[in-house]
Amino acid sequence: MKAFTYQRATSTAEAAASAARNPNTRFIAGGTNLLDLMKLEIETPAALIDVNGLGFDKIEPTPDGGLRVGALVRNTDLASDPRVRKDYAVLSRALLAGASTQLRNKATTAGNLLQRTRCPYFYDTNQPCNKRNPGSGCAAIGGFTRHHAVVGTSDACIATHPSDMAIAMRLLDADVETVRADGSMRTIPIADFHRLPGNIPHIETALEPGELIISVKLPKPLGGVHAYRKIRDRASYAFALVSVATVILPDGTGRVAVGGVAHKPWRVEAAEQQWSQGAKAVADRLMAGARTTEDNAFKVPLVHRTLAAAMADAKKG
Amino acid sequence: MEPIRDLKLTRRNLLIAGAASASTMAVPLAGAQPSAANAPANDTHPSTVTSGVKFTVNGKPVALELDTRTSLLDALREHLHLTGSKKGCDQGQCGACTVIVDGRRINSCLSLAVMHEGAEITTIEGLGTPDKLHPMQAAFIKHDGYQCGYCTPGQICSAVSVIDEIRQGIPSHVTGDLNVKPLLSVDEIRERMSGNICRCGAYSNIVEAITEVAGGQTGGKA
Repeated sequence: MKAFTYQRATSTAEAAASAARNPNTRFIAGGTNLLDLMKLEIETPAALIDVNGLGFDKIEPTPDGGLRVGALVRNTDLASDPRVRKDYAVLSRALLAGASTQLRNKATTAGNLLQRTRCPYFYDTNQPCNKRNPGSGCAAIGGFTRHHAVVGTSDACIATHPSDMAIAMRLLDADVETVRADGSMRTIPIADFHRLPGNIPHIETALEPGELIISVKLPKPLGGVHAYRKIRDRASYAFALVSVATVILPDGTGRVAVGGVAHKPWRVEAAEQQWSQGAKAVADRLMAGARTTEDNAFKVPLVHRTLAAAMADAKKG
Repeated sequence: MEPIRDLKLTRRNLLIAGAASASTMAVPLAGAQPSAANAPANDTHPSTVTSGVKFTVNGKPVALELDTRTSLLDALREHLHLTGSKKGCDQGQCGACTVIVDGRRINSCLSLAVMHEGAEITTIEGLGTPDKLHPMQAAFIKHDGYQCGYCTPGQICSAVSVIDEIRQGIPSHVTGDLNVKPLLSVDEIRERMSGNICRCGAYSNIVEAITEVAGGQTGGKA
């Protein structure tokens, strides 16, 4: 690991400004992904700013009937919150499907959104990777791609976003609230927060240099039947091959977002317009244009079948 | 190239040579040298930075001056010589390093020691002693919940926490109804223990040990 200076932030605006002035700075909260990457020297910050003291650790109601989740709320606390369990069950379920309790006890809401791909070629510093070393090429393309993306990919990158929580946040139309380096605040809809890889897969989010997430806002509850179905190679503590988050409403409409298939949480609102036509119509539209390999072609029918199962479950009540 | 029969390497010499090359390779990692693969063009990394941190371990206050890179696990093992917590994968996948910090289990390998100012840390050494075992330690012995024992301190720290988490009503992936307090079932134990890998495969005995201890504390629900 590279040496780094360490300081505890006492002011949000100062933390953001300092990180913008010194580009090789990272914020650290839970650290469960960042430290792993630092050990491998995939992340090599010269300075760490510990943001744990900034107080964004509460879940509070918003005036419009939603919830504001502090950036520092641990995954365990978010999944366990009675309001989340009752009104945003898909979010609880997604969180509980991810990682282990030890990791969820440290991992934060903002850090979960910012975690980086587990593409093995990204992790292997002997391999070219446009995400780790821009312009070096992509060793995953033509490699072993069982876990890789099938929609929204580019010729530069086929990595997936690893988060379960972010899939539920996308389904719920959450907003990411930040403080910028100049001290101003802004709101980024979750749909615009994560990027597709394009030619610059190393730029993964809409965040500007120094910009710090302070909270994630959940709109007022949708009601309906919530489900998060995660398909993986073992029953616990593994990343998704495919995960399907659904909210199905009593009027027969629904929402679906999918993990394990793209560089960002994958949701196509136009596909949801097909809901009354059944799972095949929705999934056909959702996965339209999929570019698969022999290793990962199974992901398209797996999305179809998992969505069909979720829709059948919701009918049963 | 020399014919292979001319290489008169004894096993001892081979080991010495291996150790020498290992320590040579370790030098660039210990300092602040640029790494070939990922170093930016002008390396801005500082040379070694140290920082002070105070926390309590098993009830005893400690004050350490540490390289900021030191994980909590390395602080416990290398600086405080509490070698019960084990380094397995050092990347949060195996759970051998599990300790309890401020009442919650974490992977101590994926946490910087300097980030634990004021924390209360419990390691396997703080749960029980050979003369006065923690009930979970006694149950692991009774049910043969280990073979080589390397993962056991982490398993026991997790197991103690699992019972606490269920008592607090924290749900898991296998909890049927999110709005009802989770029950202490074998399925719940297995899911909640999935962050602790046992390469010897003592899982079924570990589940029996936890079930027994939890039964005693929760009125026999299994």
